[in-house]
Amino acid sequence: MNITSIKRRTLLGAGLAGASMLAMPAVLRAQDKSLKVGVYGGYFKDSFDKNIFPDFTKATGIAIESVAEPTGEAWLVQLEQAARAGQAPADVSMMSQVAMLKGQATELWTPLDMSKIKNGSHLLDRFVNKYPDGRVAGIGAVSWYITLVTNTDVYKEAPTSWTAFWDPANADKLGLLALVSNSFLLEVTAKTFMGGTNALDTEEGILKAFEKLAEVKPNVRLWYRDEAQFEQALKSGEIPMGQYYHDVTGLAAADGHPVRSTFPKEGGIQDSGCWALSRASQKSEEAHIFIDYMCQPSIQATLSRKVGTSPTVKRESTDLTDKEFAAVSSDIEPIIPRYDLYQTKSDWLNQKWTELIVG
Amino acid sequence: MRREPPQTVGDYAPLLFPAAMLTIFFVVPFGTMIAVSFFQRQQGGFYTPAFVFDNYGRFLSAFFGSVLGFSLMMAVAVAICCVVLALPFTYMLTRMARSVQVVWLVALLSVLSLSEVIIGFAWSTLFSRTAGITNILVALGLMGEAKALTPSFAAVLTGMVYQAFPYTVLVLFPALVRLDPTLTEAARTLGASPLKAFFTVVVPALRNTIVATLIMVFIFALGSYLLPQLLGRPQHWTLSVLITDQAIYQSNMPFAAAMAVFLVLVTLGLVALTVIAGRKGEAA
Repeated sequence: MNITSIKRRTLLGAGLAGASMLAMPAVLRAQDKSLKVGVYGGYFKDSFDKNIFPDFTKATGIAIESVAEPTGEAWLVQLEQAARAGQAPADVSMMSQVAMLKGQATELWTPLDMSKIKNGSHLLDRFVNKYPDGRVAGIGAVSWYITLVTNTDVYKEAPTSWTAFWDPANADKLGLLALVSNSFLLEVTAKTFMGGTNALDTEEGILKAFEKLAEVKPNVRLWYRDEAQFEQALKSGEIPMGQYYHDVTGLAAADGHPVRSTFPKEGGIQDSGCWALSRASQKSEEAHIFIDYMCQPSIQATLSRKVGTSPTVKRESTDLTDKEFAAVSSDIEPIIPRYDLYQTKSDWLNQKWTELIVG
Repeated sequence: MRREPPQTVGDYAPLLFPAAMLTIFFVVPFGTMIAVSFFQRQQGGFYTPAFVFDNYGRFLSAFFGSVLGFSLMMAVAVAICCVVLALPFTYMLTRMARSVQVVWLVALLSVLSLSEVIIGFAWSTLFSRTAGITNILVALGLMGEAKALTPSFAAVLTGMVYQAFPYTVLVLFPALVRLDPTLTEAARTLGASPLKAFFTVVVPALRNTIVATLIMVFIFALGSYLLPQLLGRPQHWTLSVLITDQAIYQSNMPFAAAMAVFLVLVTLGLVALTVIAGRKGEAA
């Protein structure tokens, strides 16, 4: 009995080894031309897997293995630790601006060769991230807006300005992002009350913005880290006003939920993700082809239509209609976050912010 | 049956596996954490190995002191609520028929299969203005208008007690089952009311079990970081929430590690104090 079972197991093992030998050439061939791409997990990754990556493989013959990356800086930490060990969990990753700057500080990103990225000429200047010495560290993948959102059942009239957050009539009605580095409320305060984000150049200016922002506290019902928590409350009218992503709010409204996203007259907050190549990656050639492909105006237009993101290329170069463009963006000058502050003063800002909302 | 103490080295062999697991999955990570807590934070980057006390220095402030104080107070409150609720409940449960016990225990065990996220979202819906329990009170004419019960301290406490309650019952259950029923019977024959018998006989007989349960629930509640976020206001955030912020969102591992080490030390200190106090009480 024992002997038979051993025999059977050995046979099974041999069979497996044989099968994998046969499969090996196929795997090798596929690996010749493949690229691991990190995109934010969930809604983003699903949309890219469905609408973008299959066409890319068809056009270039490079297989894409998409990797779900966490938001926040957890992915940056993983890439950094892996790169120290010579590993790349993803070759190209979509990184937020703050993470880009932190990665630049440790030379995590392989400089990109713009001569291989012909479509880079369409990009808006602010979407090309450069090292201090001018080498290109990353290129804008998509951009998105954080806007003023309201429940249409509770607010019949759309608010027009960020000052609505400070209105005593909105006591205990707001949902705001819980972190200084993703809510960008200091910038909103500076733009709305202090004449622009340049007011944050000095520590005195920042402290003044904190002081003004403290007045919002009694109006805030929820400081959220988890997007689903606020989205649910906004749809039901439990928390009828707040800051949220323009693209997702638009999708929810299209599904028939009583929500709307408004670009305030001071501008929506524009944030963006960059494509960046880990220094541990061996796939520089494929990565350049991929980034070049993603910079095409037609691909950027597809992203706007299917994913709801705003293009990182000049609007004239795309074939987006006025209506399509208005759905993902606005002609009002956006509030651009002061990413530099989150690098040079991150601990100080974080401490002041935590004391502000917890204290 | 008599238990022999281990005679040879071989008798200790069954201990090797758990000891190895404990070393690999607890001692080593904890040691790493202590080491990282002394590393130098690179703002706008990561950290470099060093031996500095900056991370502990930053923690020693009135602000973090009050957050730590609140976390401990919250965990104590959860532990007391759980034991106060679970002790009479479990006592009555042990007096019921076997089949009823099984149904109750299965129901309690099924609560354990729920994740913290689901518990948090469920309670925030129950406490909401638009779909919550106050709507039932309004329908019954007991309340004028539906209102939100979350975010509040009571909401956080409810969620955490709900989450820890099954553990409390499961820890108390074996001790209560083994409790000699003749003890209470004797008290009753001597004229004590059931309530008096419970407080003067059952509770003192279970003193050690109750203290052990309090400590277990206290430590369990101290690690909670999702429920305070989902059901509370920022002033109800525990130290665990701030540790998560530093580790995941600020990539400030050294500071997060220092806070965690501090939390562990304070917890161990409190547990030691409780045990010492218990021993003294026994000796007296």
